[in-house]
Amino acid sequence: MEKTIRVKVNGREYERVVEPRLLLVHFLREDLELTGTHIGCETTVCGACTVLLEGRSVKACSIFAVQADGKEITTIEGMASHGDMHAVQEAFWNEHGLQCGFCTPGMIMSVEQLLNDNANPTKDEIRHGIEGNLCRCTGYQHIINAVEAAAKAKAGA
Amino acid sequence: MATTTTTPELKTYIGKRVRRVEDPRLITGTATYVDDIRKPGMLHAAVLRSPYAAAKITGIAIEKALALPGVKAVYTGKDVAAVGPVPCAGSMEDLRIPDHRILARERVYYVGHPVVAVVATDRYIAADALDLIEVDYEPTEVISDPEEALKDGAVRVHPEYPDNVAFTYKQAKGDVDKAFEEADFTCEERILVPRLAPIPMETRGVVADWDEGAKELTLYSSTQIPHLLKTQLALQLDMPEHHIRVIAPEVGGGFGSKCNVWAEEALACFVAMDLKKPIKWIESRRESIQVVAHGRAHVDTIEIAAKKDGTLTGLKLHIVCDIGAHHQLLTPIIPTLAVLMLPGLYKFRSFKASLVGAFTNRAPSDLYRGAGRPEATYVLERIVDKMARILGMDPAEIRFKNFPEPAEFPFETVTGLQYDSGDYAAAFHKALDKIDYKACREEQKKARAEGRLYGIGISTYGELCAFGPSPATPAGGWECASVNVKATGKVEVLTGISPHGQGEETSFSQMVADAFGIPMSDVVVIHGDTAKVSYGIGTFGSRGIAIGGSALHLAMQDIVAKATKYAAHILDVDADTVTFKNGTFSSSAAEQTLSFADVALETHLCRKLPPGTEPGLTATRFFEPSNFAFPFGAHICTVEVDQETGETTILRFVAVDDCGKIINPLLVEGQIHGGVAQGLGPAFMEGVIYDEEGQLLNGTMMDYAIPKARHMPWIETDRTETPSTVNPLGVKGVGEAGTIGSLPAFVNAVVDALSPLGVDHVDIPMTPQSIWRVIQERSRS
Repeated sequence: MEKTIRVKVNGREYERVVEPRLLLVHFLREDLELTGTHIGCETTVCGACTVLLEGRSVKACSIFAVQADGKEITTIEGMASHGDMHAVQEAFWNEHGLQCGFCTPGMIMSVEQLLNDNANPTKDEIRHGIEGNLCRCTGYQHIINAVEAAAKAKAGA
Repeated sequence: MATTTTTPELKTYIGKRVRRVEDPRLITGTATYVDDIRKPGMLHAAVLRSPYAAAKITGIAIEKALALPGVKAVYTGKDVAAVGPVPCAGSMEDLRIPDHRILARERVYYVGHPVVAVVATDRYIAADALDLIEVDYEPTEVISDPEEALKDGAVRVHPEYPDNVAFTYKQAKGDVDKAFEEADFTCEERILVPRLAPIPMETRGVVADWDEGAKELTLYSSTQIPHLLKTQLALQLDMPEHHIRVIAPEVGGGFGSKCNVWAEEALACFVAMDLKKPIKWIESRRESIQVVAHGRAHVDTIEIAAKKDGTLTGLKLHIVCDIGAHHQLLTPIIPTLAVLMLPGLYKFRSFKASLVGAFTNRAPSDLYRGAGRPEATYVLERIVDKMARILGMDPAEIRFKNFPEPAEFPFETVTGLQYDSGDYAAAFHKALDKIDYKACREEQKKARAEGRLYGIGISTYGELCAFGPSPATPAGGWECASVNVKATGKVEVLTGISPHGQGEETSFSQMVADAFGIPMSDVVVIHGDTAKVSYGIGTFGSRGIAIGGSALHLAMQDIVAKATKYAAHILDVDADTVTFKNGTFSSSAAEQTLSFADVALETHLCRKLPPGTEPGLTATRFFEPSNFAFPFGAHICTVEVDQETGETTILRFVAVDDCGKIINPLLVEGQIHGGVAQGLGPAFMEGVIYDEEGQLLNGTMMDYAIPKARHMPWIETDRTETPSTVNPLGVKGVGEAGTIGSLPAFVNAVVDALSPLGVDHVDIPMTPQSIWRVIQERSRS
């Protein structure tokens, strides 16, 4: 029943034997000990588990680890490089785009894709871009500020 | 426009928009929430819950589950009978507290009632094992609706009681009957305040770890109250309290739902001690919506009496509170807060309130952000609007008419509260100016002439915060802070509050940095570990800075006093000549100066110990407030309702809040924004729905809606700053303000929009469907 999979996560290759039913989010959190990706609802609604799979945001609670076989994944742990925060992370920090922080890793991954697709989004485009990510703390206003600030920082970089 | 944030290279920090010290770990995925904790040999627990709202348990077959490879143990109610009941802190004379065991025994009382616990080597096997357990239920009659539950002959939730009355509570002052007789106008409304699921993004979760050698139990729990939880666990488990350590790791939101003592906490502890293995239990979202105490759950009838000049004279309220089948920690206390805060910001002369808690076959209700005050504010602000309409008065005018003047503070309300300080008219004027109220009314005239449904809604709210004076809180309302200055001049703060998103690691660091003239990076704020912090009450009721910060303030005063003695002795001058400013001790009698770090080192080296002074530089202080603090403000909302679809668009939302003195405006805005989202969610989308059989109909996040980014208006915030008089910081508290103020502003706006159709009330949640239905009915009649 078990299957060997090979994945590249945050630039590092892993080979692991997994049960076919193992969800990608549990694989990341428990097999690879990358606990920055969170589980909020188990039904794809909240987006706390968002990661990038082959550069596109997916909800890791709703796909199996075996579906990621041979693929490349970026999680929140892969965003900062050599201790330097990613522009989106820095913007969330500067703009107070988080409170309890539980939704934040998934939110940041969604914003990363949003800004890759649209470098200069309007407020409404930002709202649409984070449609799949729920935050119960911030009322989203500071998150929208953070996305605008990140877009500006990226453009200036 | 994005806001600009100052970076922490500042001379002083209080009052500045300082970004948070908590954030680096949270935005890089390196923070440790409870599900991120792993212990060697750790097992995973899962809980089987009742699918019935009321049933007798006639048999439980666990053999198949036990036979599944990887399953280590199965527990039923009988197996955990040694664990004491889930606590309830209510104290009314007629309060009935049914025996609330951590797993059901003979009966189940609500959908989601925990029945069996399974422990296995991983969470998948634990979940598989739940499917192999066979529970024989004999369903019994269900009573789901709280008003039906109180009728004669209703099915009884707990057969041992003659009826479903869980408790009653009455308050009155002045001759309210006379006020109603002599009033020029009276009006009445029946208002539903639905059950709400708190939905912190992180569900509940625990890891229990038993050290057999040291006989020490460690519980990691996603909790707002680690210290109170520790004491309660000692009682439930009949264990010495000093052998229990509770740690609140990173907590992913609470909103009151984690200010509780939950069955699963004691359960995990019991199992960990029984199996001598670490036990992890992580709640699923479905379980969370099912059983994490729902907030609100009122059916309110409110009546108001007024003179024709708009003077409000009398108020009557009857609350039926659906408490569910069992009490949680504060279940009976929360609706009493609605009674206390009923007069809001107005000078009523008389009132009468009665409250009945009704047992139903539903999950327990308890505190949720605002806890009693949103309910009170909502019904009051609705009825005041209705009275204004009857009087033909502008809803702003009737509010101004009934505010106490600033000179009247401390102001005693008709319910006997002493409001600390306030200038209600100032905050309200600011909000009216900000939204340009006159222009909005002009716009409304124009819209109405064009047949459009445009509404303006006002809410002037007050709240009771900074919980609180100990006599008025069930487990003490004080707070504790220790300040330990290290030999190197670095400062460690230990606080009894337990922040989980509010940001006190930052705001407390700002306070310390300013008080000692050191950089914020020289300060660390430790919380949420009962083995590090001596004791505390926790974070809830907008108390973190007002109470916890005040304790810190006192401890810092002690530090400065002692350090000044040292400095005087080292400088060889009289202590009276020494001043401490911007981190430097200086004296008019000496040329030499000493930095804070210099003195810190001397207090540890003790080369020149001042006579009668002990080594070291630490202080622990407790702060007991003399009263609650009373924040206030005004929220104004404009909306347009689409007649064809019933969809409401919020055009503008202005929030002017007064939470007293402010340490960090950036964090205050964040609290307001989030609070407003939790007030608006229930206004137009949220609500737990049960059917007549007590089945929960929207038990996942596919069905229970909370606001997404596109549902939220842009919140235009501003503030007035009236210092509180009940703590040395002048702080009032801000955690709940947005939730309390926003809901009535939205509802009043929608009712105002619909008023040309003759509508004077619509219950929440005001979904497009419910609004469309009202429009259709009114258009036909």
